[in-house]
Amino acid sequence: MAEQRHLVVGGGLAGLMTTIKICEAGGKVDLFSVVPVKRSHSVCAQGGINAAVNWKGEGDSPAAHFDDTIYGGDFLANQPPVKAMCDAGAAIIFLLDRMGVPFNRTPEGLLDFRRFGGTKHHRTAFAGATTGQQMLYALDEQVRRYEAQGQVRKFETWEFLGAILDDGGVCRGLTALDLRNMKVETFVGDTVALATGGPGIVFGRSTNSVVNTGTAASAAYQQGAFYANGEFIQVHPTAIPGEDKHRLISESVRGEGGRMWTVRDGKPWYFLEEMYPAYGNLVPRDIASRAVFKVVFEMGLGVDGENAVYLDVTHKDPEELTRRLGGVLEIYEKFKGADPRQVPMKVFPAMHYSMGGLWVDYDHMTNIPGLFAVGEVDYQYHGANRLGANSLLSCLFGGMIAGPKMLAYAKGVKRAAADAANAIVERERRRQEDVYERIYRMEGTENAYALWRELGEWMTQHVTVERYNKALKRTDDKIVELKDRWRRIGLNDRGRWLNQEVSFVKQLWNMLELARVITLGALARDESRGAHFKPEFPERDDARFLKTTKARWTSDGPTLSYEDVDVSMIKLRARKYDVDKSVSA
Amino acid sequence: MDPILLRVKRQARPDAEPYWEEFKIPYRPGHNVHSLLMEVQLRPVRHDGTPTTPVVWDASCLEEVCGSCTMFVNGQVRQACSALVDSLARPIVLEPMKKFPVVRDLAVDRSRMFESLKRVRAWVPIDGTYDLGPGPRLTEATQQFAYALSRCMTCGCCLEACPQYNDHSAFIGPAAIGQAVLKNLHPSGPLTKEERTAELMGVGGIVDCGNAQNCVLVCPKEVPLTRAIGDMGRQATVKFFRDLFRG
Repeated sequence: MAEQRHLVVGGGLAGLMTTIKICEAGGKVDLFSVVPVKRSHSVCAQGGINAAVNWKGEGDSPAAHFDDTIYGGDFLANQPPVKAMCDAGAAIIFLLDRMGVPFNRTPEGLLDFRRFGGTKHHRTAFAGATTGQQMLYALDEQVRRYEAQGQVRKFETWEFLGAILDDGGVCRGLTALDLRNMKVETFVGDTVALATGGPGIVFGRSTNSVVNTGTAASAAYQQGAFYANGEFIQVHPTAIPGEDKHRLISESVRGEGGRMWTVRDGKPWYFLEEMYPAYGNLVPRDIASRAVFKVVFEMGLGVDGENAVYLDVTHKDPEELTRRLGGVLEIYEKFKGADPRQVPMKVFPAMHYSMGGLWVDYDHMTNIPGLFAVGEVDYQYHGANRLGANSLLSCLFGGMIAGPKMLAYAKGVKRAAADAANAIVERERRRQEDVYERIYRMEGTENAYALWRELGEWMTQHVTVERYNKALKRTDDKIVELKDRWRRIGLNDRGRWLNQEVSFVKQLWNMLELARVITLGALARDESRGAHFKPEFPERDDARFLKTTKARWTSDGPTLSYEDVDVSMIKLRARKYDVDKSVSA
Repeated sequence: MDPILLRVKRQARPDAEPYWEEFKIPYRPGHNVHSLLMEVQLRPVRHDGTPTTPVVWDASCLEEVCGSCTMFVNGQVRQACSALVDSLARPIVLEPMKKFPVVRDLAVDRSRMFESLKRVRAWVPIDGTYDLGPGPRLTEATQQFAYALSRCMTCGCCLEACPQYNDHSAFIGPAAIGQAVLKNLHPSGPLTKEERTAELMGVGGIVDCGNAQNCVLVCPKEVPLTRAIGDMGRQATVKFFRDLFRG
């Protein structure tokens, strides 16, 4: 049999772990990334990674982690893979430690753990406040080792355009754009894994990196991959609003004792502690973001009349803060010019994470045979709301599942004869080249970046913390209008060398397609669950909506269908954070 | 406030001649260099009214942790995202990094830095990713030094500032030496320390450092580069004498 070839798209934590697992088993990987992999969005993860090792003697366990994750996700996640992830937590942290991630230590030299939202346990291992960066670097180094041994070929500054599907709908490879010479190239492989991250840029300004356009996921969706639970968008309660992006101030700040407050009747009001006495400042993110909205918009209590509340660590020891939170406090210092050790930080909620993503089975394969998805781009582990420090865990765990499953899939795959395969590959190359040739000829009056800003404003205003059906309908009408105006874009740059505008025009179309999935998924779901909150339908409705939303692309927009959720392990119960969580039966 | 005048050194292709363009951008509080370039994307028109192409530059995280948007801002090498307009002298002058090949405009090719990480084998040679139990114990002091080194984001500021690093010298530069020290520091480091140290004892290694100490001054992450170079120098000396007496 000819040698297997595996194509991994995305060089963040999920893509790198997938690559490592394939290489470790002797496989070969072509790794594609729009940026040098060491610059992937995983660097932005600050606070830490969860594993219930119970090293603080609090009675923590993987079962408790599993329950917190399911409960925090408002029961929307299929339970078996979440349990498997929580069970694997300790082994994953130990592996990272062996790879040299400089996790913070206790005086005894052991790994230190801190608290995060949605749990009562110290469960989060951390490397200062740049844990994602440190983990990415460790995996990047392991992949560089395989690269030096000739098992990995890197294609950095290449953009995924689409899967190559044969007439039976099986994935046979991919097309990618070399962002330098702007040429479409084809790559044949037995499997393709998308590890391309979230779609934050659909919301204009978010906590995401510039590269998180969701373009790859959208391309796969437009080729027939289901996009699941797109309406579940996490808004992080504490970010610094900015002109270019909203910069995250990690939940670890509250995990280390940070308190949120605003001024009421001339005095500090610790609103989370009053509203949610059981969890206080460590309620999950959806709860905290809604509380900030209530305080600022309903009660008119934003600090200094602005859309902002305080996040305060000034009561903590400055040296301890530097050791445990240095990286995140430095972001506030550098971008706001004030020292959080001395003055409370001014923060406001911002779009942060997509719980939804490409639908995958428990092997991380999409409904397109041979096409896998792993990391934030999949929908698997977080239900209706992700708990802090579970994203890094799900990226690594997902990669550890996907890699071996890709190898197993490739063993059973039947390849087409060379000439038939060539015809399929050439057909897809021409299709993608045509897309770009049409973009190069665009001579209208619209500016792609202006259309994108308009999209972002609508999505942020109407499809984040509070969702009203009338506004969602209007937003979808706006997206359809923007798609129409997209056709009237006038290109400012017709060059054939590193033309960022041309790439962006294509990405924008893909963003518009995903924006409809997110908006229409929200419109159809008449309930409130986790991060999806409709004031007109404030209760969770398990009878109608304890279901995964699956969006299928058609040229007239997404058609939605619903799939039952596997809740066989933890019994459904109401999700509340003002009182202690009831014990699972 | 007056509009912001932005001067950008541009270059269409790696082999093309550079040229300058000026843009005038309405003032708003809170701009950084990145958001100024975003304004040019919205209205790619020069100060003199001539339409032009949007400026090309690399960017990703915008939080000064990915290293992408490194460029010269008013003559200083730094990240565009953390260059806040309100703290910059005007006009604001942008140039690409000078010691790396320009790809287009402000985007440069820093792949040489990643190749250097291969040269010094900047990785821990783990046995496998399966569950082998907890990792080694580490003192808090060692962890803190390792963490400081590990914040290097391969941005290249130190190489720009280093008088010994350029396209006609083999010097590997401070960033990669820092990463070699980091890997030697890891409890399993001694197993492969010899290889890393040997590489840095050769051509382009530690002896090429001229001790100008510019690197540590420009590093945006305050990576202790001079301490790392000093440590590596000592490790190299020890290895030199050990090899001498062994041989």
